Amino acid sequence: MTFGSIDAWWWPFLFILVAGWLATDAWRFLGVYFGGRISEESDVLVLVRTVATALVAAVIGNLIIFPSGELAGTPVGLRIGAAAIGFAAYMLLGRRVLVGIIAAELALLAGLYML
Amino acid sequence: MSDEATAISIDSEADTAGRLVWYLRGVWAAFSVPGLLLASAHIGFAGLAKEAGLTLVQTVFMTGTVWALPANVVLIGGILSGASLPAAAFAVALSSVRLMPMVVALVPELKGPRTSKWFLYFLSHFVAVTSWVLAMERLGGIPREMRTSYYAGLGPTLVLFNMIVVAVVFLLADSLPPAVAAALFLLTPMYFLMSLWGSARERAGHVAMVLGLVLGPAFHLIWPGFDLLLAGLIGGGGAYIFHHMTRKRAAR
Repeated sequence: MTFGSIDAWWWPFLFILVAGWLATDAWRFLGVYFGGRISEESDVLVLVRTVATALVAAVIGNLIIFPSGELAGTPVGLRIGAAAIGFAAYMLLGRRVLVGIIAAELALLAGLYML
Repeated sequence: MSDEATAISIDSEADTAGRLVWYLRGVWAAFSVPGLLLASAHIGFAGLAKEAGLTLVQTVFMTGTVWALPANVVLIGGILSGASLPAAAFAVALSSVRLMPMVVALVPELKGPRTSKWFLYFLSHFVAVTSWVLAMERLGGIPREMRTSYYAGLGPTLVLFNMIVVAVVFLLADSLPPAVAAALFLLTPMYFLMSLWGSARERAGHVAMVLGLVLGPAFHLIWPGFDLLLAGLIGGGGAYIFHHMTRKRAAR
């Protein structure tokens, strides 16, 4: 039952609905249901947040170390360096996401130009 | 018509006009800096989805129905690694658990005295990092009975705008020079790296992030189909233990 295992036009949409839509909106609906009933500081919510954060961080790590498309053709050291420069710029220059993105992109393009 | 009835009808007209104004202000807020940054992250996502072999319609459908970029990137990751439907759904569900506490925090801010439960369920679909950050920041300055109108402008506009962005990028992706295409693929991870760091509520969130960044690629080499799940559970569990150890030390 993988994304490509059933050769019908509706299968990819059903896959997206069950593995994507249901798996996200279920949490949102539960959030409305519990809204005001659980405290933000509750211990279970700390664990929920750390697991979700680590999982999304794992996605970020994989997108940088094992990217797809044109980025896959660039040296891994350059990608890590560009991400580090972007993050350093974000931390040092007032925590602005826009600044970090621009710094990382410039570092990547400068590296590609020099290679 | 009695005076009272006239007063009510004038009142409800003013109410409707007020709602429209706040709705339009919400629409406009979608084009703020955070909104445009989200669009840039979706540019990278469209390239990723195309590379994974999805069609334009499937990608736009995903953008609108799932509407949480981390969840969509995890879903694409699952599709790429040939994960089965239950495994992909489990990974996406784990990546999206954080939506629940986010909605829990948003609902008391959003709710007016006359807001129906069903309208809140509808609006909750549009909760993701960007609209949540914007709403939590701005709802405080908006009259309580106008807040749902504002969010009904903001949330759906962000979704529609990004569905269009994804479609346009999907069509243009092949005609881009390689260096530009490579730069686009870096947009999504950089956007998440910084917005995730900035939205962490406690120190444990930063620990979880560092662990996840290292464990994700490590498990990708060892056990590709389960890399995200393992990194999430082990990294998140480790950060949770860190949270308790530091709290105990602080309590002493």
